[in-house]
Amino acid sequence: MALKIIASMCTGCSACEPECPNVAIREKGGTFIIDPAKCTECEGQFDSPQCVAVCPVDNCIKSA
Amino acid sequence: MSSATVYVDASELGKSRNAVSQILETAASGGCGTSGGEGKASCGTSAGPDDMPEEIWNKVKNHPCYSEEAHHHYARMHVAVAPACNIQCNYCNRKYDCSNESRPGVVSQKLTPEQAVKKVVAVASEIPQMTVLGIAGPGDALANPKKTFDTFRMLQEQAPDIKLCLSTNGLALPELADEICKYNIDHVTITINMVDPAVGEKIYPWIFWNHKRVTGIEAATILHEQQMLGLEMLTARGVLTKINSVLIPGINDEHLIEVNREVKKRGAFLHNIMPLISEAEHGTVFGLTGQRGPSAQELKAVQDACMGGANLMRHCRQCRADAVGLLGEDRSAEFTLDKIDEMEVVYDLDKRKTYQDKVETERQAQHAAKLAALAAANVDDGLDAHMKVLIAVATEGHGKVNQHFGHATEFQIFEVSRAQALFVGHRRVDLYCQGGYGEEETLPSVVSAINDCHAVLVSKIGACPRDELKAAGIDAVDQYAHEFIEKAALSWFAGYRERIARGELIHQVRGDAQIRQGAFSGAAEQAA
Repeated sequence: MALKIIASMCTGCSACEPECPNVAIREKGGTFIIDPAKCTECEGQFDSPQCVAVCPVDNCIKSA
Repeated sequence: MSSATVYVDASELGKSRNAVSQILETAASGGCGTSGGEGKASCGTSAGPDDMPEEIWNKVKNHPCYSEEAHHHYARMHVAVAPACNIQCNYCNRKYDCSNESRPGVVSQKLTPEQAVKKVVAVASEIPQMTVLGIAGPGDALANPKKTFDTFRMLQEQAPDIKLCLSTNGLALPELADEICKYNIDHVTITINMVDPAVGEKIYPWIFWNHKRVTGIEAATILHEQQMLGLEMLTARGVLTKINSVLIPGINDEHLIEVNREVKKRGAFLHNIMPLISEAEHGTVFGLTGQRGPSAQELKAVQDACMGGANLMRHCRQCRADAVGLLGEDRSAEFTLDKIDEMEVVYDLDKRKTYQDKVETERQAQHAAKLAALAAANVDDGLDAHMKVLIAVATEGHGKVNQHFGHATEFQIFEVSRAQALFVGHRRVDLYCQGGYGEEETLPSVVSAINDCHAVLVSKIGACPRDELKAAGIDAVDQYAHEFIEKAALSWFAGYRERIARGELIHQVRGDAQIRQGAFSGAAEQAA
């Protein structure tokens, strides 16, 4: 269970990075990536995945 | 604190009830004097030390955004260290920069705080009149608090004479107001487009709040409450505030008059009403739904309706989040990271101060010339004393009519009456003359940009464009070349009135004009 950032849609704005409760997001080559080993999709932590809620681009973050 | 500027530390001011009440008083009295009537200008235009308490004047006098007069002489720069945002606006597409503070359709080079500080020091060494550093995005300065405040902290150590400011949508402002006061931040801009959530709902599809995406009227209500609370907190702490509002025809045009009233009540120092930019190719919601921006007359009508309220800023260029230089010019291309690496940077406080003293002398000469011209102009000639016309002026700065028509990338617009020449804005135009000769196809766009003007004052103009302007009803005037603008404007208007009095011409009302859309990058456009 993990989420994935579609690199071609990512604007590199970094809004998701500090919101991740699992510190699973980092920058790579101007856009951001999610470490699938760390991602919990915020299950049990928040109502909805934090990165999806804050991302300004619709459908940029999807289930891996 | 350096000796170069005598401004008061924000945190000291925050402790002083006296200073706070002074700001509130200034704001309550129409700030630096929009209510002063004919002959007295607002600080958004050109108020001087006579119009406000000395402490406040010292804070604004060298800030190109807060003082219209200063913007001809002092430069600012933005560093793009804050890419993230916590709200979504319908006039913004985050593929590009935030259009609150910078034009959509342009992308800034994102910097780390360390890179940003290096860039600021390099620019300040090269451009000694650079007095202000702002963080205006490309997202929201306060949605990136660590990057924003790290930049300010490091810069304060290396270049203590530079004033700091930031721009925000206000959502995170209440929780960070005290943090702001820890730095040398005298000025904060809040973008407030509404004071009624029912209006806000049409502008903001969602906000990110308490770990949730909130939508609809609830989102607009939270944002509104945070903005008002944040503004009140800054006023109470002695920080000067500028309110930016994007004028969206059919959504908040009339409503901005109420916004002006509400922000004035809460101590806002300046109100900047900007036209919506909504080109379809920027991919914003408004761009795609065909929501248009205002015409020049619509913008001016709302600005005029707000006169007497919070002071209006009329010289905003909606510059980009990485802009460098005087307002209306952009030298950011000279200061990319690669180029900075090659520069030999020596930060010389004394040299900067000496240069700024020189600038100050020139500015005072201009101010004196303006006062003299105003005093001489107001003579009763039997014609309607309230007659007003707009004129366009081609200027390269120094407050003079000193630019060739064909070299102008923008015109300053003055509203001239018998008693005053009031700066009311600027119009961007395509460069008419490229490589020394006029390009026929760009002239119509120049005419449409200044179509509401009776005359255009230039240092020089070719015969062809002069005739074409004349055919459009615009008088091209070069007889005031290298004179101070206000003096030239009032002299031209006196001549215009004389011709009417002699029956040589009949005063006619001009039409509307277009506000040019799209990205402004002076250097790039001129090079193209």
